[in-house]
Amino acid sequence: MIALLVRDMKLAMRAGGGFGLGLAFFLIVTVLVPFGVGPESGLLSKIAPGILWLGALLACLLSLDRIFALDWEDGSLDLLATSPLPMEGVVTIKALAHWLTTGLPLCLAAPLFGLLLSLPDTGYVWLVLSLVIGTPALSVVGTFGAALTVGLKRGGLLLSLLVLPLYVPTLIFGAEVARRGALGMDAMTPLLMLGGITAGTIALLPFASALVLRVNLR
Amino acid sequence: MGSIWEYANPVKFVRTSEIVLPWVSVIAMVTLVVGLVWGFFFTPDDYRQGSTVKIIYLHVPAALMAINVWFMMLVTSLIWLIRRHHVSALAAKAAAPVGIIMTVIALVTGAIWGQPMWGTWWAWDPRLTSFLILFLFYLGYIALWEAIDNPDTAADLTAVLCIVGSVFAVLSRYAVNFWNQGLHQGASLSLDKEENVADVFSTPLYICMVGFGFLFIALVFLRTRTEIHKRRTKALLARERLG
Amino acid sequence: MMPDLGKYADTVLSAYLVSIVLLVVLVAMSLRASRKARADLEQVETRRRG
Repeated sequence: MIALLVRDMKLAMRAGGGFGLGLAFFLIVTVLVPFGVGPESGLLSKIAPGILWLGALLACLLSLDRIFALDWEDGSLDLLATSPLPMEGVVTIKALAHWLTTGLPLCLAAPLFGLLLSLPDTGYVWLVLSLVIGTPALSVVGTFGAALTVGLKRGGLLLSLLVLPLYVPTLIFGAEVARRGALGMDAMTPLLMLGGITAGTIALLPFASALVLRVNLR
Repeated sequence: MGSIWEYANPVKFVRTSEIVLPWVSVIAMVTLVVGLVWGFFFTPDDYRQGSTVKIIYLHVPAALMAINVWFMMLVTSLIWLIRRHHVSALAAKAAAPVGIIMTVIALVTGAIWGQPMWGTWWAWDPRLTSFLILFLFYLGYIALWEAIDNPDTAADLTAVLCIVGSVFAVLSRYAVNFWNQGLHQGASLSLDKEENVADVFSTPLYICMVGFGFLFIALVFLRTRTEIHKRRTKALLARERLG
Repeated sequence: MMPDLGKYADTVLSAYLVSIVLLVVLVAMSLRASRKARADLEQVETRRRG
């Protein structure tokens, strides 16, 4: 299991593995927003939490089809399926590798991008906290979507269509935590909800992903 | 009468549908015409909403069916995954387009009604938002069916998507509630509330709900049969090519 | 015959129009697909027997 995790991480970090792409995409979205809505800092600081969450979500979405695509093409997914490792474990490791290479860097970069959007001082802690708790759910749900569309040519667009509605609860609670944090309000309730959703998806969704992956490998 | 699983046999299903479909269609037609004509021509105006109250005869049944169709898809998906009856999977596939049309009707009639009543076509009210999300779920479900060639794989994957989607749809409903308290009125037909719609409005409304229900049943029978025919044609053609 | 819809006539009529058109289109498409599927199947079946 550890070996698989290390291998996946190495593959992602390697040149052309798309490690920096998600971050670069996040940066570009953040930079483009003021061009779209105007440079007024009052407005920017008001929408900053939502924009940062949305940017992180889209950056996450962008890298989803890489989770299984390479392994599918070179046949190593079939090898993994016949290995003693249960499929649920494979799927969980894949999601974890995706989070470590995409979600975690996004969490770390988010405060920096918050500066660009003049996020209020009180917001930083809550923003990072909500991202750290919320992005694992994005990776796990995304792995499910990637498993659904793994055999399809041009599955990327379909993947987005399938995954985005599933992101709604996480986005709502995550952005709500960041927004309340930025306003200096108590953000504990949505934070707990967010944690609940993440815990639930991590516990249950790998079974669905594994089931779907087995069907696709049949 | 044997067990219900007999209808899982495609031949048996087609034969039954030949008998049942005309009846269900006639009932659907009659109830829909009676309900809508009654609602449109023979109900008084509401003292606050004026004549726009008549939209309720389309809006509420469509919204009800939009949710029930998804629920029916959930049940048939579970039956497919557990008992592997092809008819069940095909029925879920056949129901999805009906569900999406019902969702669209609910959204559009709601928007048209909201324009004079709330002064806006669209508000990010929890119920409206939830229906928009439901629409996206239907869209993804149908797109996944269309995208996969192998029918059994498609049935499996869409069934799992339907189940996972149901859980997330419920989660979204609560999340959306939390996110924004709305201006939508509560359920209009609950038995004990004072804001219940009056009897003059509710009788034709019930008839319309029954009508929409039978229309859905008729369409599912028809469309499932279509899918069975298509599947059989495909199988026969494949056999021809081999032989 | 036509009920007096007052100032909301456009609203009510357009809601009914849109809904009924959508339902009719749905039914028509279902019927057409059904006929086509049945015709195709019959064609293949007769070819197989004949």
